[in-house]
Amino acid sequence: MNGRDSGASVRPGIGRSWAIQQRVIHALVLREMLTRYGRHNIGFLWLFVEPMLFTVGVTILWTATKSVHGSDLPIVAFALTGYSSVLLWRNMPSRTIGALTPNLSLLYHRNVRPIDIYLSRLILEGAGATMSFVFLALAFGFAGWLQPPEDVLQITGGWLMLAWFGASLALFLGALSETSEIVEKLWHPMAYFLFPLSGAAFLVDALPQAAQKYMLYLPMVHGVEYIREGYFGSQITAHYDMTYMGLINAVLTLIGFAQVSKISRTVIPE
Amino acid sequence: MIELQGINKTYGTRSGPNHVLRDVNLTVEHGERVGILGRNGAGKSTLIRLISGAEFPSSGHIHRGMSVSWPLAFGGAFQGSLSGFDNLRFICRIYGVDPADKVDFVEEFSELGNYLREPVKSYSSGMRARLAFAISMVIEFDCFLIDEIIAVGDARFHEKCNRELFVKRADRAMIIVSHDAAYIREHCTRAAVLVNGELHHPASLDEAFDFYQESTARKAIAS
Repeated sequence: MNGRDSGASVRPGIGRSWAIQQRVIHALVLREMLTRYGRHNIGFLWLFVEPMLFTVGVTILWTATKSVHGSDLPIVAFALTGYSSVLLWRNMPSRTIGALTPNLSLLYHRNVRPIDIYLSRLILEGAGATMSFVFLALAFGFAGWLQPPEDVLQITGGWLMLAWFGASLALFLGALSETSEIVEKLWHPMAYFLFPLSGAAFLVDALPQAAQKYMLYLPMVHGVEYIREGYFGSQITAHYDMTYMGLINAVLTLIGFAQVSKISRTVIPE
Repeated sequence: MIELQGINKTYGTRSGPNHVLRDVNLTVEHGERVGILGRNGAGKSTLIRLISGAEFPSSGHIHRGMSVSWPLAFGGAFQGSLSGFDNLRFICRIYGVDPADKVDFVEEFSELGNYLREPVKSYSSGMRARLAFAISMVIEFDCFLIDEIIAVGDARFHEKCNRELFVKRADRAMIIVSHDAAYIREHCTRAAVLVNGELHHPASLDEAFDFYQESTARKAIAS
């Protein structure tokens, strides 16, 4: 092939496939950053400045209205852990739903598959939410509004579980939205109503016993509780079952990938 | 070698399944230039997308024993808000080619000058086509897939494209789909004819053109 096989592979093996996929996702991430944020004003910094603005706004709002959240925790700490978590899992499906349509022409390149388009968007979304959370935690910490977290490892674990939840839900809903337009219509009200139920705005322990049971059916509540325990430790009583959350995540991942592979076989490049 | 065996392609439509390709067989050897003639809607573009691997057949097997390009001459895959150079870099990254080596070529060949730093959405359709062609020539393949005539810009630029593709890459295999018999005659050594989703393999180029003419005439009378 005289070095002519510039990545337009003949028959890639597994290792080769992985190398190609990494290359494609890298290219898509850079492309997405440019198309979404451009080179004007602060450019790609918007990736985390935008979620930071949201979180700061909610923090101010909750402080001003002295929101009841059922604990003695400072409202700043409460808003940061809660709203950052919501941004992490909720923005992921919003970015994958309908993601293929504007990118259909890319599929003319054999190595670009729908899963790569989804993964590149999820990576950006996850990175933005994570940077926003970390920077704000540091900033609030330096400002003296927030005690340092008690267990960084537990926070990281909870954060990753929430990211996994968001990503698997996003894969499933994103791929499903290619076969049914209803998904996009329903997602907006769903995302809206899930926010107050997601554990971001309350501690499960503050709820009546009867309500706690039902609330804990929602997988993201477990993640937020786990993160808060990592942050505040003994100051709160957290309710979670990470095995349950892991199980839900695994099932979502499975049906998510199944749906993506189904549409990958039928999608028509434009 | 590229080999298509028993390819069928069906699309689901509101009025039931639409059988676009029926039991298509095709073999293309290294360096061979094959034309595929067909009227509008005969299934040419579907066939070229299947060969490129951008789409999958409903049944049948495709073997790609050499590297195959994406279907050239489609002006798309450009993100309008990105500049010409951004789009070049994107394609290079996907195929694992260093864009730095290719900037000069695209600048020289496309004759777009400083426009390469402007968003593609500000280009005229001619400028877009020039960019598309220049970028197509940046990645090397054993087999180029060409969808319809690459009629780009004025006669001089057209000539330049022909030289770049057909003269400089005379050793490569090519599959050209077109409704234009003259274009196929000029560039191909063998031709097949696509009629109603079936691919016919006449013994010679001349027979292929006769067959194509007849099928077109029959169509005209029937309608």
